[in-house]
Amino acid sequence: MLRMARSLPEEVLEHVFSFIHSDKDRNAISMVCKSWYEIERWCRRRIFVGNCYAVNPSMVIRRFPEVRSVELKGKPHFADFNLVPDGWGGYVYPWIAAMANAYPWLEEISLKRMVVTDETLELIAKSFKNFKVLVLSSCEGFSTDGLAAIAANCRNLRQLDLRESEVDDPSGHWLSHFPDSFTSLVSLNISCLGSEVNFSALEHLVGRCPNLRTLRLNRAVPLDRLANILRRAPQLVELGAGTYSAELRPDVFSSIAGAFSGCKELKSLSGFWDVVPGYLPAIYPICSSLTSLNLSYATIQSPDLVKLVSQCQSLQRLWVLDYIEDIGLEALAAFCKDLQELRVFPSEPFALEPNVSLTEQGLVSVSEGCLKLHSVLYFCRQMTNDALVTIARNCPKMTRFRLCIIEPRTPDYITLQPLDDGFGAIVEHCKDLRRLSLSGLLTDRVFEYIGTHAKKLEMLSVAFAGDSDLGLHHVLYGCENLRKLEIRDCPFGDKALLANAAKLETMRSLWMSSCSVSFGACKLLGQKMPRLNIEVIDERGPPDSRPESCPVEKLYIYRTLAGPRFDMPGFVWTMDEDSALRFS
Amino acid sequence: MSPEIGTHQLESDTAGDMNFKETELTLALPGESRTLKEMNGGTIGTKRGFLETVDLNLGSPRADCSDKDRNESENDVLTAAKPPAAKAQVVGWPPVRDYRKNAMKSCKYVKVAVDGAPYLRKVNLEMYNSYEQLLSALEDMFSCFTIRNYLNERKMVNGVENVPTYEDKDGDWMMLGDVPWKMFVESCKRLRLMKSSEANGLAPRTPSKCSSTSG
Repeated sequence: MLRMARSLPEEVLEHVFSFIHSDKDRNAISMVCKSWYEIERWCRRRIFVGNCYAVNPSMVIRRFPEVRSVELKGKPHFADFNLVPDGWGGYVYPWIAAMANAYPWLEEISLKRMVVTDETLELIAKSFKNFKVLVLSSCEGFSTDGLAAIAANCRNLRQLDLRESEVDDPSGHWLSHFPDSFTSLVSLNISCLGSEVNFSALEHLVGRCPNLRTLRLNRAVPLDRLANILRRAPQLVELGAGTYSAELRPDVFSSIAGAFSGCKELKSLSGFWDVVPGYLPAIYPICSSLTSLNLSYATIQSPDLVKLVSQCQSLQRLWVLDYIEDIGLEALAAFCKDLQELRVFPSEPFALEPNVSLTEQGLVSVSEGCLKLHSVLYFCRQMTNDALVTIARNCPKMTRFRLCIIEPRTPDYITLQPLDDGFGAIVEHCKDLRRLSLSGLLTDRVFEYIGTHAKKLEMLSVAFAGDSDLGLHHVLYGCENLRKLEIRDCPFGDKALLANAAKLETMRSLWMSSCSVSFGACKLLGQKMPRLNIEVIDERGPPDSRPESCPVEKLYIYRTLAGPRFDMPGFVWTMDEDSALRFS
Repeated sequence: MSPEIGTHQLESDTAGDMNFKETELTLALPGESRTLKEMNGGTIGTKRGFLETVDLNLGSPRADCSDKDRNESENDVLTAAKPPAAKAQVVGWPPVRDYRKNAMKSCKYVKVAVDGAPYLRKVNLEMYNSYEQLLSALEDMFSCFTIRNYLNERKMVNGVENVPTYEDKDGDWMMLGDVPWKMFVESCKRLRLMKSSEANGLAPRTPSKCSSTSG
């Protein structure tokens, strides 16, 4: 094998490597021998950094000098639910500044949960001459001024995707900064923008970009404008409509219906804020070819949803509000046999009483009818162990299962038992399960099941569950492929964490908030584990102003080659060897 | 209760049984692990009442952190204040993202900054029906910080020291209380509890609306 490696010329190896795309495979290649490491690092074009603090930009640049595409993630997942205070970190500017020098031919930047400033966007706009793709997922810190800079300068831009980012004080004029000569746009997602964009600029942009495949509009685009836009882009494959609401008028209806039926390639629909049901039939003609439907903003009731969904026989992905109810999910099970992913969101998450008739039965029906179902996110108010066992048996190919029973610690509503057995069945039957979110009343036993069976599990989310450290220990000890663990409001303390400290180096990160991990344990971990950053987040003030046994508010532990970071705000403390001394 | 950190050895390889034996815990199945549960001070299978975790009990800051209840009262610092009409809300639960909540139009989340506090909070204006309810919630949310800073003075955030202001749709900073509540909810973009010295430049308003007990 080694003889062969030496005998093949570099160019040949490089050519062979160019067919290898996955990071895992490329990493494996680079470990074969020194010369393969060298060849591979010069021809790696895509970098994925799952935690921007796990490594620093100069390390990446030093090893991979010819990168064309970078993907970075910043804040922990629980930042989505306001558990990470503002100012925690995730600033992308240092990365962009370093790459502006090192990668002048960079084409793609994808960021998730990072703080992006206008200054950053301006730097991107002027540093990368061949810049093509910008994806800002759940990012914040920038305004439409930054977007204007991108529009004005990125002559070869193909994709601008702002999915779910928070954009400050938007005004719609940035869109006009795309020059008239700009025609390369393939994908535009502005669905998160609050205010109106300049409609004629939008229509003109859409009209002059013949390769436009994806267009996700924001809420401020009214229904009557949609027809104009669609007529200019009949080649669209993915469309996010704006507001789907207007006074019901036959001329507007036929205009919309005509525009939709002209779009023969449409496979994915989203948007649909403020829906007036009378306009829904306008999309019936294209329903049968839809593979993806996101109605999670559409406040339409179950009868309209049933009529719609029962025409979507090719549907693979459905995101919807719980207005669909059990009856709508039965229809889904009957008509959409290709369904792979279902997400049901709560229409009134804070209501005391259920406002819709959506129960465990809906999910059971879908599991019975849709044999390809492998990805589920389901918000509901009641569940039984039996239902979960049935779902587990019906869907052995499940890969992502996230159940959110809205009231914490809700037991099986029939037997009043914890839901340990139900989730136990999920992990036992679904051997390919990679992601799991738990809810309901759960004891340490569920964690024992998880540790025993969930061998492919990569991400686990836990809230208001467990009885003792044994629970946490089962997971850390048993889940061999665990990468991300996030826990809130569980009675887990020091013992399991300290006993499994080495495990933490095999994971990307661990989040624990409102648990019982003491400051003393954090210090100890910081001392003993130099390749972990132990971050204590505590808004009550310095942890050493309280006894060592006092639990910390929030704890974020992640493996890193970059050492402690220096951009922490006043309420974050890193437990490293030095600070452990400083604190004691 | 603190673990025996002094004598504790951290394994770098095989985590699990060895270390647990050293800390005198057994990895028995839950039915047999009574000792473990007793040491943790918990009882088996008890459903802790949900509302207990959000029971607001912001008294004097406690140095004593030894009992388990401390963790629950620490949660108080983290939770949003209890609005009167709807159920008590825990921060980040249920796990629905803000943009989704906002899209449902039943929520209007605005950021709240307090001069001198290192962090921001978000409040949902739709959860309150009057200025009084909102101010009371803000007092709860930021009282922990206030107590620490104004040590012996039990001044609430909205006493003489801090003036509640908001930025409206036009970008102007206004004092709370001038416009009817609904109009305020409609136009408020963010809140700021300003030091009164800084608030002097704002549009003057009738004094009766300044106190924290009237809406």
